[in-house]
Amino acid sequence: MKAEENHGNTKKFGMVIDLDVCTGCGSCMVACMAENNVPFRKDESDKLKSITWMRVYKLSNGKPYPETDICYLPRPCQHCEGHEGHSPCVSVCPATATDYDMQTGIVSQIYTRCFGCRYCMAACPYHARYFNWYDPVWPKGMEKYLNPDVSVRMRGVVEKCSFCIQRYQAAKNRAFMEGKADIEEGDYQTACTQACPAGAITFGDLNNPAHAVYKLKKQPNAFRLLERLGTNPKIYYLSSREWVRRAGDNYLKNEGPAKIG
Amino acid sequence: MSNSDDRTQTVSGKAAEASSTDKPDGSSRGIIVLCFCIGLVVSLVFGWVVFPKLLYSRKQQPIDFNHNLHAGLVSNGCESCHFLRDDGTYSGTPKLAQCIDCHQDVQGNSPEEAKFVEQYVKKGIEVPWLVYARQPDCVFFSHAAHVKAAKMDCVTCHGDIGDSEHLKVYEQNRISGYSRDVEGASLIGFKKHTWDRMKMDDCSECHQKQKAVMGSVQTQKEGCFVCHK
Ligand code: HEC
Ligand code: HEC
Ligand code: HEC
Ligand code: HEC
Ligand code: HEC
Repeated sequence: MKAEENHGNTKKFGMVIDLDVCTGCGSCMVACMAENNVPFRKDESDKLKSITWMRVYKLSNGKPYPETDICYLPRPCQHCEGHEGHSPCVSVCPATATDYDMQTGIVSQIYTRCFGCRYCMAACPYHARYFNWYDPVWPKGMEKYLNPDVSVRMRGVVEKCSFCIQRYQAAKNRAFMEGKADIEEGDYQTACTQACPAGAITFGDLNNPAHAVYKLKKQPNAFRLLERLGTNPKIYYLSSREWVRRAGDNYLKNEGPAKIG
Repeated sequence: MSNSDDRTQTVSGKAAEASSTDKPDGSSRGIIVLCFCIGLVVSLVFGWVVFPKLLYSRKQQPIDFNHNLHAGLVSNGCESCHFLRDDGTYSGTPKLAQCIDCHQDVQGNSPEEAKFVEQYVKKGIEVPWLVYARQPDCVFFSHAAHVKAAKMDCVTCHGDIGDSEHLKVYEQNRISGYSRDVEGASLIGFKKHTWDRMKMDDCSECHQKQKAVMGSVQTQKEGCFVCHK
């Protein structure tokens, strides 16, 4: 079995994030919160309670000056395909609230179906899932800024990055109006991709040779997080720095970074 | 210890007395059966007739709009008021802008029209229409897919509202807050027309018939994000 499987002719949306370009500015996180009605609290210092669909981590090579080097690593939901769509979270959900769609490769989360057992959070090796400990409270007047195309969540359910599915739905609607059979690469882009001032994030259909991600993911510098777990994620990272590529998994001293697939 | 023993004795003693006097003879058994039957009928009537009425609150639309009358007056059929925008979103219920050309002033002598002009047009307030087909917040529905791409008729999902003379009463479930047109008129799930109910399974049923692509790993049906957001 080849770890990196295809869905045949269907779409498989994914991202390639160039870590050499990322400056860690956090625009992607802000854009994501605004686009997806992600709730926030007055005091966000307790990271166990805060919700960040997209989160930028700071990595360090741990060496003293002058060899010190840091790297910022944006982490959305990895939309793992696993083997035949059995991603870690989908496999454990007792409610069918989370699901893998073979048509798009997107792991969906239906908030009204979720009853908050949080098995999926335990199963997710990327900490990409978040629990709503409280009902969202919007500062007065802010409810007018909510995105009407994204349903808001309530206390007691799990949520995570959806690859801005509402933008895919809108893109398909436009295509229906124009009588087009399919959408183009530029028609559907996630909020974080468009917000990144450095252009570090590339989004598209990993199965489509015409899309930029198709070529980028095949670069020798590409790696995925926790490659050896077999989660088969759809977020690829690029870095020319060996220590960054090694940081993608728990390698022993004598091991090199694993090859994709 | 001894106290509690005494108490149990007195209690069981009373129970023995009671059972000896209440021993059912023929007539009291008849009364029991009768009471049971009356109780059953009362609960059935409550369950089938009273409860559905209690469950749904009935609301009148703010203005009784007449579709039949307007069909002959407007220039562009249904699209004069319900149209798809170029980006594929749906205009839905009409805004005042769609009425104002004709209803700047009262045209005829219908009290509904007078009310409409007085209370809404003159004051510039949008009419708070109640939408029979309104789906829960988590549902994504696309008129472009059905009306434009699949060339479906409005009647398939909405019934004869487009041809009616009066807007029907809007019934809202007091518990879920959803419209009865979504949940179905019949509580046992009986369905005569395609538009009688528009729940998740009704959407899926048609999609499966139309050979929609089944992408869901969990259900082998359509992916959840096709209709949810
Ligand atoms: C002059 C404007 C106008 C025209 C033309 C018109 N409608 Fe309407 N329509 C309305 C108004 C006003 C409502 C009331 C909104 C409501 O029911 O909530 C409405 C409601 C509806 C609804 C109910 C939506 C819901 O679920 O609440 C349907 C279905 C509908 N119209 C179909 C049609 C069809 C089909 C046609 C063409 C034959 C048509 N309409 C033409 C103004 C118009
Ligand atoms: C093309 C012009 C035109 C448009 C557009 C139009 N109307 Fe009318 N409307 C009329 C005419 C003409 C009458 C008939 C007046 C009469 O003879 O009583 C009427 C009658 C009515 C009545 C009274 C119906 C009755 O018999 O009880 C209502 C209520 C009404 N319109 C509401 C609306 C609303 C709401 C809209 C916008 C969604 C609208 N109209 C758009 C022309 C129009
Ligand atoms: C496949 C079924 C289907 C067909 C066909 C369909 N509709 Fe709808 N319509 C719906 C559903 C479902 C909703 C509720 C959408 C929501 O709540 O997001 C709706 C909502 C509406 C509304 C209220 C929208 C709003 O947000 O105010 C109007 C008006 C309407 N439809 C008119 C029409 C007309 C006119 C046609 C024919 C051109 C039509 N529909 C065809 C299913 C359908
Ligand atoms: C009577 C049949 C019928 C009913 C009822 C129906 N649909 Fe559809 N739907 C279709 C057809 C046919 C298509 C395919 C349109 C196309 O791609 O050409 C479709 C497409 C769609 C799409 C777009 C899918 C895509 O691939 O982009 C969505 C979203 C959708 N339906 C949602 C709903 C929802 C939600 C309901 C219930 C409220 C519903 N539909 C009820 C027939 C139906
Ligand atoms: C064909 C369109 C369609 C698909 C596919 C679909 N749904 Fe739904 N779903 C709906 C509609 C329409 C409703 C609202 C009407 C109702 O309550 O049934 C709904 C309602 C729900 C509700 C109840 C929400 C509420 O507020 O009452 C849950 C939970 C749900 N869906 C979960 C799912 C899950 C999980 C999947 C994937 C396995 C899924 N749905 C796939 C159309 C769909």
